Amino acid sequence: MEAGGSSSVGSGSTVSKEEVVEQENHHIHPIPMEEGSDESELELGLGLSLGVLGSKNYNQIPRILTAKDLELPSLVSRPVLPPSPSSASSCSSLGLRTQPASASAGTSNNSSTAGSNVSTGTKRAASPTAASQVVGWPPIRAYRMNSMATQSKSIATGENSSQFVENNVIYGTENKGKSNPEAGVPLKSSLFVKVNMDGVAIGRKINLNAHSSYESLAQTLEDMFTYKAVEKSSANELFLLPKVTRPSELLDGSSEYVLTYEDKDGDWMLVGDVPWGSKIGRKELKAKKQANIGHFMLYLHETSWYRVTQVQKKTLGMNLERILISSSNGHAVVIFLFCIKLLA
Amino acid sequence: MGSISISKKCKDLSYSESGQRISSFPDEVLENVLGLMESHKDRSSVSLVCKDWYNAERWSRTHVYIGNCYAVSPDIVARRFPNIRSVILKGKPRFSDFNLVPENWGADIHPWLVCFAKAYPFLEELRLKRMSLSDESLEFLAMSFPNFKRLSLLSCDGFSTDGLAAVATLCKDLVELDIQENGIEERSGSWLSCFPANFTSLEILNFSNLHSEVSFSALDRLVARCKSLKVLKVNKNVTLEQLHRLLVHAPPLVQLGTGGFSQELQPSQYAGLESVFNNYRGLHNLSGLWDANPLYLPLLYPACTGLAFLNLSDATLQCNELAQLLGHCRNLRRLWVLDTVGDKGLEAVGSCCPLLEELRVFPASPFDADIVHGVTESGFVAVSYGCPRLHYVLYFCCQMTNAAVATIVENCPDFTHFRLCIMNPCQPDHLTNEPMDEAFGAVVKTCTKLRRLAVSGLLTDLTFEYIGKYAKNLETLSVAFAGSSDYGMQCVLGGCPKLRRLEIRDCPFGNVALLSGLDRYESMRSLWMSACNLTMSACRVLASKMPRLNVEVIKDEDPEDKCHANKVYVYRTVAGPRKDAPPFVLML
Repeated sequence: MEAGGSSSVGSGSTVSKEEVVEQENHHIHPIPMEEGSDESELELGLGLSLGVLGSKNYNQIPRILTAKDLELPSLVSRPVLPPSPSSASSCSSLGLRTQPASASAGTSNNSSTAGSNVSTGTKRAASPTAASQVVGWPPIRAYRMNSMATQSKSIATGENSSQFVENNVIYGTENKGKSNPEAGVPLKSSLFVKVNMDGVAIGRKINLNAHSSYESLAQTLEDMFTYKAVEKSSANELFLLPKVTRPSELLDGSSEYVLTYEDKDGDWMLVGDVPWGSKIGRKELKAKKQANIGHFMLYLHETSWYRVTQVQKKTLGMNLERILISSSNGHAVVIFLFCIKLLA
Repeated sequence: MGSISISKKCKDLSYSESGQRISSFPDEVLENVLGLMESHKDRSSVSLVCKDWYNAERWSRTHVYIGNCYAVSPDIVARRFPNIRSVILKGKPRFSDFNLVPENWGADIHPWLVCFAKAYPFLEELRLKRMSLSDESLEFLAMSFPNFKRLSLLSCDGFSTDGLAAVATLCKDLVELDIQENGIEERSGSWLSCFPANFTSLEILNFSNLHSEVSFSALDRLVARCKSLKVLKVNKNVTLEQLHRLLVHAPPLVQLGTGGFSQELQPSQYAGLESVFNNYRGLHNLSGLWDANPLYLPLLYPACTGLAFLNLSDATLQCNELAQLLGHCRNLRRLWVLDTVGDKGLEAVGSCCPLLEELRVFPASPFDADIVHGVTESGFVAVSYGCPRLHYVLYFCCQMTNAAVATIVENCPDFTHFRLCIMNPCQPDHLTNEPMDEAFGAVVKTCTKLRRLAVSGLLTDLTFEYIGKYAKNLETLSVAFAGSSDYGMQCVLGGCPKLRRLEIRDCPFGNVALLSGLDRYESMRSLWMSACNLTMSACRVLASKMPRLNVEVIKDEDPEDKCHANKVYVYRTVAGPRKDAPPFVLML
């Protein structure tokens, strides 16, 4: 009785392993350490090398779900990029979310082909990834899955149709989407996050959902944190706070500042790659709920990002600012980092 | 029991005079009396008493419930019951809700409508579940039944908003329009504007699951002129501000489904909503609350005092937000939440809602497997301590233990519906690593009134032994990824005298198990087995031995495997094999 059960479990898990590894391979990109001077590659490189770097310097190894669950060797140095902007809202589960994509109302054909990967008649291995690969499991009505998907998507994309451009100018200003401009009514609830700047004792709060684009967010942040003078912090570090440049420069990488954030996988990503809102998809926020997010700073030297070590903080005359943003109910941590070039 | 004593009496009386059969009551009296009976189970019993009673029952019956549209044909229904005003029809097997049944499988309403148009021109009510209907069918319905009053569509598909427009335009006396959870094509929201300007009879309007935006002014006017409106459930496109206007114009509602609940409100708007909800103390049901902004939940507090049913399954609330809300809902009987509230939220449920009878906890992001979230066994246990009257539960969780379930049923022995879904298939007790057999054993041993059971987690045949032995009142059993051998299913088919629906997926039950239930299936409504170890030959054996069963095999995508029967659906029928089976369904 038991033997019969376990052998089918075994075969089931083999199948799932192969499948998942296959899917995983899809998303692995080569990870160069140094990038050319091309801006777009720089962006890509930023993301990638950050991840790699992160693996060296992070206190916490970025968690890669599939590796752990399938007991593959810890694939620390393989950050997984979001597959594509269009599926950004589903990237949080490393592309394993075949269910919501296929389970639109009535399209059982999709899901049955998705499910045909699954060996029928055998038990699945008891791994968290298995749940997402089986047709019709967990048994949630298609309507409810759609409404969950649209709920997270509407939060994620804010009904924006912002176009994604290759080069570093991320997008123009037509990011309003369908929401009423005069009412300014977002379809998502307010997401207030704390913004703290090193060297400044008092923080601010900003409603991420009140912004429909990176530009407006950057503008607001600029307004909040523009100082004309040098301020001393109470700690040992000395921070120079130069004037923040115009948002567009901030975003397109040609300014001294760039805006980055840490996504739920623990990878540092350049802000602006994905349409506004996807980065703050509710799933990602929730993902952060129990994650231990350390605080650390990065600086950009020439074209590479480096993490600031404790020693460097104290000894080098770097001008760094860090903005740590966490949600007001402690559920999410998204770290925005403004960095300037190493002065030394 | 009642019917047995009645029949005895009838026999005594009827044979009292020279052995001739006389009914002691004139037919009209009998029909009047029987006309008052509503439960179809009672009516079925009554119709078996004797021929006179059978006739009286069929003439007096105005409502018919058909649990499987293929178990009987429209003509048979029309012939037996001449005076039907209201019909409930259910079509596809339940697992079609989870995409296990391909499109165009069947359950088309149209033949029924054609038949009813002739037989029951005064049909008033149609409630459909998992049926397929086209826009043409809806139009036909609207045109064929001048008295038509109530239409309820749950989990149906095949139609679009154009069909709704036809209903709105043509059904002059419509009282109820309830469109829920359907797979419909949404062409526009203009259907709502099709209600004529002099149309005032609406009492129930539910379009909460439709995505397209309706004309707000049309909705506003409709709500204002339907003075008998009791139930209004709008979709998420309706903003808070719009909701305010609706509630001001509407008659006092008993059930309200709000639209989106996250619009940014000016203080004056907030105050306006506050005063409106202050006057809504007669509310029984509250739902909607899409994207609920926790800052606005206090608006609802005054309306929650008399609340019996609160559906928060579209609002991603956290534990403290839920706790605060529930503090005002002391009379709650039914609660639906998302698992974002966590175990702490469920603790609040336990402490705030002592009268709770039904709890459903849905997963907010079931496929996000990389984070530990949602609810665990401790939340459920907390509810069981606080809510001893709990008898219906649907619980999606990421982990469970045998001990927790034992505690739960000890606290709440009156369970009638116990549907536990541990979301990872074959997951054992997370503390002891043992199978979850003892958990469900405890459920069936303790909960003698259990009518519906859904099992999950790592289960061996022992679970089914328990079920077969103890679950004497069980009517519906749902099994997935469970069991070790045919023996498990044999136990269930050999026990469970009241079993009516058995649905199984991904279990190691094979031909022996299937054929062991030969004499059971006619007393059941249906059997579904998918991704088990069945072969076509066994299905053919079953079909040949039991002519009053329809044995359907849904052909797999994989043409290689010709002997494996991947999806098997068996049901009793008096209508013979169905004639509308699509090519991928083999009728054996």
